[in-house]
Amino acid sequence: MYGPLWRLLPGPWQVKVLLSLVLVIIVIAVCFLWVFPAIAPYMPFNGNSVQTGLPPLTPVTSPTPLV
Amino acid sequence: MNGLRWGVRTLGEVFITVGLFLFLFIAWQLWWTDVTANREQTVTIHALERGFGPAGLPERGDPNPVANLTKVPFGEAFAIMRIPRLGADYARPVLQGTDHDTLTKGIGHYPGTAFPGQVGNFAVAGHRTTYGKPFSDIELLQKGDIIVVETKASYVVYAVDRHVIVTPDQVEVIAPVPQDPGARPTQAWLTMTACHPRYSASQRYVVFARLVKSIPRASGLPASFMALPARTVG
Repeated sequence: MYGPLWRLLPGPWQVKVLLSLVLVIIVIAVCFLWVFPAIAPYMPFNGNSVQTGLPPLTPVTSPTPLV
Repeated sequence: MNGLRWGVRTLGEVFITVGLFLFLFIAWQLWWTDVTANREQTVTIHALERGFGPAGLPERGDPNPVANLTKVPFGEAFAIMRIPRLGADYARPVLQGTDHDTLTKGIGHYPGTAFPGQVGNFAVAGHRTTYGKPFSDIELLQKGDIIVVETKASYVVYAVDRHVIVTPDQVEVIAPVPQDPGARPTQAWLTMTACHPRYSASQRYVVFARLVKSIPRASGLPASFMALPARTVG
């Protein structure tokens, strides 16, 4: 899959290397900015609350009137 | 034969790509989320400090600070948490809500639990690792350590009482009387929950702190509360 990609890039090898670098940076940026933030909530190590990500499990309302 | 060759080579390239992708994800999760979250949370702290105004000024028409806090919309920052044990400049925003998105922006307040200084349990959650890791060193907290929760109206000072390690389903740690669900609260508590052990989410490290006093913002926070605690190893 990388072979055909390399042949697809235009110009001499110096230009090909430069273009490949640009492509790699674009792929990393797309991953960092959109892909990873989107999949992170589904990772099993991202819980810190005792409600495991669900909306308020038990109404733990304080008996003190709040208003 | 050429077909087989091509297939094996492509399969190998796919495996290598997946490996690089996983490595990249780990780098993003463990390093990049800290970079962006720390930057974002510092901006939030500055915005809160500007909104709170300087300490020591007389109150400007805020007769019922707790009622105002209850109107804070989900996902919005309303307080600054300062913990001298975790560093003289340790300051993290506290936001309303504990969903994934809110916890990437700071410490999250469990909706429905008490507000700072109120009788009941002011319960918050924070990341132990990644996303700025506000509760990274939560295990360093010792009995008596001061935790200051700064709101627009007051400095609410808590002192650490004890810690427990529980499973994520033990919601009684955020009950109005911590670990005693159903009991009628007579004291103001602060409960902090974080991942345990580090880099895992199988348990929760929970710290309970008891209200020391609530100081109106107009009076200013006595410097003694922000004094660095003696470096004792617990």
